[in-house]
Amino acid sequence: MIRFRVNGKEKTFDGDPDMPLLWYLRDVAQLTGTKFGCGMALCGACTVHQNGAAIRSCSTAMKEVSGAEIITIEGIAPMHPVQKAWMEIRVPQCGYCQTGQIMQAIALLRENKSPSDADIDTAMAGNLCRCGTYQRIRAAIHQAAKHQAAQETA
Amino acid sequence: MSLIENVSRHVGRNFSRRGFLQGALASGVFVLSARFVPEPLWAAEGDGTAAPFQPSLWMSIASDGTVTIVAHRSEMGCGSRTALPLVVADELDADWSKVKIDQAIGDPKYGDQDTDGSHSVRSNFDLMRQVGATGRVMLISAAAAQWGVSPKDCTTEPHFVVHRASGRKLGYGEVAAAAAKLKVPRKEAVQLKPRSEWRYIGKESNSLFDLPEIVTGKAIFGMDSTMPGMVYASVEHPPVLGQKIKSYDDKAALKVPGVQKTLTIDIFKPPHQFQPLGGVAVIADNTWAAFKGRKSLEVEWESSPHSVYNSAPFRKTLEATSRKPGKVVRNVGDVDAAFAKDGHAGIKIIEAEYYTPHLAHVSMEPPVAVAEYRDGKVLAWAPTQNPQAVQETIAGVLGIKKEDVTCHVTLLGGGFGRKSKPDQVAEAAVLSKQLGKPVKVVWSREDDVQFDFFHSVAAMYMKAAVGPDGKPTAWLQRTVYPPINSTFDVSAVYADDEMGLGWNNLPFDIPNHRAENGPADYHVRIGWLRSVANIYHAFAIHSFADELAHSANKDSVQYLLDLIGPPRIVALELNGDEAEDAKNYPLDTARLRRVAEIAAEKSGWGKTPMGKGRGMGIAAHRSFLTYVATVVEVEIDSKGEVHIPGVWTAVDAGTVVSPDNIRNQFEGAAVFGTSLALFSEITATNGVIDQSNFDNYQITRMNRAPRHVDVHIVQSQAPPAGVGEPGVPPFAPALCNAVFAATGKRVRELPLSKTKLV
Repeated sequence: MIRFRVNGKEKTFDGDPDMPLLWYLRDVAQLTGTKFGCGMALCGACTVHQNGAAIRSCSTAMKEVSGAEIITIEGIAPMHPVQKAWMEIRVPQCGYCQTGQIMQAIALLRENKSPSDADIDTAMAGNLCRCGTYQRIRAAIHQAAKHQAAQETA
Repeated sequence: MSLIENVSRHVGRNFSRRGFLQGALASGVFVLSARFVPEPLWAAEGDGTAAPFQPSLWMSIASDGTVTIVAHRSEMGCGSRTALPLVVADELDADWSKVKIDQAIGDPKYGDQDTDGSHSVRSNFDLMRQVGATGRVMLISAAAAQWGVSPKDCTTEPHFVVHRASGRKLGYGEVAAAAAKLKVPRKEAVQLKPRSEWRYIGKESNSLFDLPEIVTGKAIFGMDSTMPGMVYASVEHPPVLGQKIKSYDDKAALKVPGVQKTLTIDIFKPPHQFQPLGGVAVIADNTWAAFKGRKSLEVEWESSPHSVYNSAPFRKTLEATSRKPGKVVRNVGDVDAAFAKDGHAGIKIIEAEYYTPHLAHVSMEPPVAVAEYRDGKVLAWAPTQNPQAVQETIAGVLGIKKEDVTCHVTLLGGGFGRKSKPDQVAEAAVLSKQLGKPVKVVWSREDDVQFDFFHSVAAMYMKAAVGPDGKPTAWLQRTVYPPINSTFDVSAVYADDEMGLGWNNLPFDIPNHRAENGPADYHVRIGWLRSVANIYHAFAIHSFADELAHSANKDSVQYLLDLIGPPRIVALELNGDEAEDAKNYPLDTARLRRVAEIAAEKSGWGKTPMGKGRGMGIAAHRSFLTYVATVVEVEIDSKGEVHIPGVWTAVDAGTVVSPDNIRNQFEGAAVFGTSLALFSEITATNGVIDQSNFDNYQITRMNRAPRHVDVHIVQSQAPPAGVGEPGVPPFAPALCNAVFAATGKRVRELPLSKTKLV
């Protein structure tokens, strides 16, 4: 029996310990905001937070999340400064990869409150967007950094 | 009507909207169906019971004022689900915050629903205006009657009818019931707003309707669809197209926890169309168990005639064909006579060959669908660009009536043309029939890459005679590739609709010109991918134009403008829908010149000193009736890697609905263009696709994407044209022309990673 927390709630799992967290979240917990894109940690669509760090849930087995605190996009209280910036910059096209992008961006801004373009490129290079919204993602992360700074001084 | 005809009819609508089967085209049926956008199915007459107010199929108003607008086109990221309802809301003078959108199921009553060919707005703009304006007229009439005044003395402000003299107001919800009792006015009696009064059309403030749901993870894509009691399926497809199952062993697969059973799906009967490929399905309690079970499956396949497919020798075959005369698709003057003057009067001949590989769509959401077969009927939820093709394909495969297939359309996690083909939805329906319960079919990324309807591999041969002034006196272009038609007709070797995609309509001012197409066999399913044949056609044409410019020692922009020549309407001999388009959207070189000039000016062309390893290139290409010019700046690092500091694109798409979304589309097109120009390539070995996931089929990541993309939209009152696709074609040639400017190395094949730059 694996015990862990998802978005603050206690969970247990006694299925296949090799099952990736992604499929637990989507098929078992019905938290479908986390997306399947590649299954090999190559695209970042499945990004969630494990104990505060961005991870690829498609390549994280259930046995690895024992005791962990998992936060998915559903566990982010809207409108988070990152979501707000995403709305203002009107980042999405199809939107499928964007929850993964947002989770990655939130983790980045937690570590680095004022990232440079190069910092953003490094942090976001693992998150693919086939629609090609990278320019707006970069702009939205800068904007979110400003929102976050304003929030903290308020 | 047979499945072939049914499906082909819809396919025929896709990219240039001519039918696939010439015979059927000649009968006129295709043209009619292709162009058929029904006039609104107006309620014949209000009878007082129609609540809410619903003057047409497309729009209704409830007594609380909620306006519901039907989106009959699919949303895959291009914004049509927002744009068309915005047009209705504008003419209705509705408050956008009170608008709800109802996504239509697949139904011919909506006319064509195949969301491709960049024509959602173009084909529906007038209709949607009419829908909104009709509702507004009726609301005004109802309010005027209540006040006992003339409708002429009334106007509207968002969501209210206003009596001008008294300032009295009635909310749309308050008069909806009365309006429902009125007779729907004839089209002629409905006045559309003048452009100056548009509140939403063309406004910067427009944003995607689904934006809040997207950023909070609440948006429902195909991957997120469920049905009560459903099981999950993952299908092992034949590695080579057309292979049948010889035998299979599922013992190990059945031992995987969560795996319930295995089932087979029949191999398709050629032509493929959109039928399931066939194979062995693993049925499980969840997606992971189905995937894991598949890994333990052992399948032996019979041989297939397509096992001979190897990309390197196939390329040689295409290139050999491209050097021989082909089918003439456009002929102006006499190129042969002009070529015969080689060496005389300063005439010289320049030749070049270009090659582009297969591409896969790899939308971020792989193909997926949920379907339930029950009592001879199918209910499906799918991320499809074409819900009517879902109906037709499932009806054909299961031998039921099309009307007995209900297809709900979810949001699409990207489409790019792949999701016009509903083979995975048919798989779900076939499996559900066998199992007697709803089935969700999930394709892995590997399935998506290996079993795509691939963008075709193409070889182009170009030849020009140039005079002493450097201008071409003759231009021959020949293109060869397995045509999309081969997916629908196994004997098809010549391209058909693809000719209209940047090949039979060269806008250059050259006295002698011939465009040809040579035959090629298919060995994989060929399909259309964002901007389709324009990709390889534009690559050859605009690379070659730049080669001529450098040969003449002329500035690339000036040479391009000289090639386009003076402002004029280019004379084209076209048939069917292309001829129809040419009437409403003549090929106007003034508009093409203008975008080229704007892109050059915005980029600082010729003004910015380019250091070592830096350069700019340009291409200007019209596709989907939109004029686009792109300047790309490149910087080549010491390892020979290409970086893109800037992209400047000028777009004339006629009247536009949501300018910011259009900028987003063209920014994205630059990234899509970067992928195919720098990284992406699909190859086959003995009929099996060599690539499988984002490690070996690479697309652009943020760190290799253009650093800055500037999109300039030309203000225009021309009819709306396409925006989803036209940004892609000029990108790769502009980039490769920039690489030449930076390095002196001419790139004649894609992806560029195959050319050593240092």
